[in-house]
Amino acid sequence: MDQFTINLLFVGASFALYIGIAIWARAGSTSEFYAAGRGVHPVTNGMATAADWMSAASFISMAGLIAFVGYDNSSYLMGWTGGYVLLALLLAPYLRKFGKFTVPEFIGDRFYSPTARMVAVICLIVASVTYVIGQMTGVGVAFGRFLEVSNTTGLLIGAVVVFAYAVFGGMKGVTYTQVAQYCVLITAYTIPAIFISLQLTGNPVPALGLFAEHQASGEPLLMKLDQIVRELGFAEYTAHHADTLNMTLFTLSLMIGTAGLPHVIMRFFTVPRVADARWSAGWALVFIALLYLTAPAVGAMARLNITDQFWPQGTQGEAVSVETIETDPAYAWMMTWQKTGLLGWEDKNGDGRIQYYNDANPAMAERAAEAGWTGNELTRFNQDILVLANPEIANLPGWVIGLIAAGGLAAALSTAAGLLLAISSAVSHDLLKGQLTPNMSEKAELLSARIAMAAAIAVATWLGLNPPGFAAQTVALAFGIAAASIFPALMMGIFSKRVNNLGAVAGMLTGLIVTVVYIFLHKGWFFVPGTNTFTDADPLFLTVQSTSFGAIGAILNFAVAIAVSRVTAAPPQEIQDLVESVRVPRGAGAAAADH
Amino acid sequence: MSEKPEESGYWAANIRIVTWCLVIWATVSFGFGILLRPLLSGIPVGGTDLGFWFAQQGSILVFLALIFFYAWRMNRLDREFGVDEQ
Repeated sequence: MDQFTINLLFVGASFALYIGIAIWARAGSTSEFYAAGRGVHPVTNGMATAADWMSAASFISMAGLIAFVGYDNSSYLMGWTGGYVLLALLLAPYLRKFGKFTVPEFIGDRFYSPTARMVAVICLIVASVTYVIGQMTGVGVAFGRFLEVSNTTGLLIGAVVVFAYAVFGGMKGVTYTQVAQYCVLITAYTIPAIFISLQLTGNPVPALGLFAEHQASGEPLLMKLDQIVRELGFAEYTAHHADTLNMTLFTLSLMIGTAGLPHVIMRFFTVPRVADARWSAGWALVFIALLYLTAPAVGAMARLNITDQFWPQGTQGEAVSVETIETDPAYAWMMTWQKTGLLGWEDKNGDGRIQYYNDANPAMAERAAEAGWTGNELTRFNQDILVLANPEIANLPGWVIGLIAAGGLAAALSTAAGLLLAISSAVSHDLLKGQLTPNMSEKAELLSARIAMAAAIAVATWLGLNPPGFAAQTVALAFGIAAASIFPALMMGIFSKRVNNLGAVAGMLTGLIVTVVYIFLHKGWFFVPGTNTFTDADPLFLTVQSTSFGAIGAILNFAVAIAVSRVTAAPPQEIQDLVESVRVPRGAGAAAADH
Repeated sequence: MSEKPEESGYWAANIRIVTWCLVIWATVSFGFGILLRPLLSGIPVGGTDLGFWFAQQGSILVFLALIFFYAWRMNRLDREFGVDEQ
C-alpha cells in the first residue's frame, strides 16, 4: 500500500469517527447544544477544552518555529500555557457565576450598555477572523501534503471542508466529539515523538529525552545540537539572541490573549458549578501540557535529524548529493514536500551536492570560498511543514505518517469550526437578535448564522492566500488583538466596581484600534504585501514587533478605561450589586440563555 | 445572598491568594525563563542551563501546580466563609 492510500485511510477513519460520535450523541435535546459541558465531569470538559483550543498553530506550526529559532521562541510555550493561570484565577469562576453564554452578553450586562455589547462583538469578530486565517494556513499545508497538490489548492480544498464541517452543526457543542479529536490529536503528536526520542536518546519520554544524552555522540543532545548549528553558521539553539523587551511583551501578549479568546472562555460558562470552573481550567492545562511538554523535544530533535540528513558525514564532511536526494528512499520526503511548493533546493554551484548553511553569517565566508560554495542551497524550507514531515524525515513507518496527517487536520478543523461558531453566534445572537432586529424568527437567526460563517471563511481564505506569517505567527496576532480588547474589559468588570460603561467602551476601542493599526502598519493593510510602512525587523515603537503589541494594547485599554471612568459617573447601585454577587460562588444557578 | 463579600473578608483573602499565585506565575516565566536567565546560567541541566529548562518545561509544570493549588485553596475558603455552593 502506498503512502497516499495510508494517509487517506487514516484521515477518512478519523473523520468517520467524529461524524459517528456526532450522530450518536445528537439524540439529546437542543439545550445540550448550548450547555455542552453541563453534567460532564471536569476531566472530560478539560479534554474537550484542550481540543477546542489546540489548533493548527500548536500542532502543525509551533514546534517548527521552535526548531529553527531555538530558545528565543520559548515564548510560545510559556505564553500559550501561562494564559490558563490568568483564566483560572481571574476570569473562569466569576464568569461561571454570572451565568450567561457569550462574552458580549457579560460585557453588555456588566457595563449596562448595548454599545459595549456591540463593541465586544466587533472585537470578538476581528480576533476570531484573524485566528481563522492562521488555521487556514495550517489546513493548506496539511491538505497540500496529504493530497499531494500545491499549497494554494490545498488551502481552497481545506476551506470547503472546514465550511462543511462547521455547518454540519452542533459538533462543537458535542463534547464527546472533541474528546475523540483530542485523543487522535495527542496520539498523533506523541507517537512519532516517542519513536524519534528512542532513536536519538534511548529515552521513551520525549520531554526527558530533550535533556538526555545523544546516543550517537555520547554528548548531551542540546549540546550536540548547539555545536552542529554553530558549525553551519546558525545561531546557537539554546542561547538567548532575541531582544529581551520584545520577548517579554510577546510572552505576556500570548498569555493575556489566551485568557481573552471567546471560544475558550465560553467553555467555562457552562460547567455545572463554580468550583468545577476552577478545576476545569486545571484539567484543560494538564491535557494541553501533554503536547506542550513534547513540542520542544520535537523541535530540537527534528532540527538535529534534518541537519544530519543534509550532512550525512557530519558538518565537516561532504554535503548530501543531489542524486541521493532524488533516489534514496530516506530522502523521499523531500521529493513529496517539493510538490507543495513549501520546500525547495537548488544546486547553485553545480557541484552535484546541496550545501545547507547560513550564508548570511560572515564567519562562514572563508569556508564557503575554500569549498567553492556560492550560497545556501536549501532555498526554501517553510517552517510549518516540520511537524508533518517529521516522521518521514526520521524514516518512521507509513502508519505513523498517516496518523500525523489525521492529527494535524483534527487540530485545525476542531478549532476552525469552534471559531466559526463563535463568530456566527456573535453575529446572529448578539448583534442581530440582541440589537438590530430583536423580533427575528429562529429560522432567520439560523440562516444569518450560516451566512456569517460563510462570509468569515471566505474572508479568512482570501486573506490566507497572503498569510502575514507562519500559522502560529498569524494566530499570535489574533491573541494580541484579544489581549488588547477583550481581556481587560472582562477583568475590570469583575475586579473593579468603579469602571463604568463609558470607560469600558473607550478602553476596548482604544485597545482594538491601536493594536490593529500597529499590526497593519507592520504586516500591510489587511495583510496585503507591500502596503506596510514598517517592518518587524525595525518596528515603529522601540523594539516591539507587531506580534508583541497586544500587551501594550492591553495596558492602554486598562489606562483609558480607568481614566475615563474616574471623570464620569460611577455605575448604578444594581450594577455594583451584580459585581458583588459575581464574586461569591453561592447562589450560582444553572447557566441561562435569553432565548 | 448572605453578607457582602467585602465586609466578611472573603474577597480580601481571595485577592491575597491570587496576588501570591501571580507573583509565582511571573517569577517562573518572565523571571527564571527570560529576565533572570543569566543568573541561573551556572546551574547546568542536561546540556544547557536551568533558565532554558524553565522557559521550555519548568514554567508549564509550575503553572499546573498553581491552578490546582488555587482551585483547592479557594474551594476550602468558600466553605470557611460559608459562601460555597450548596
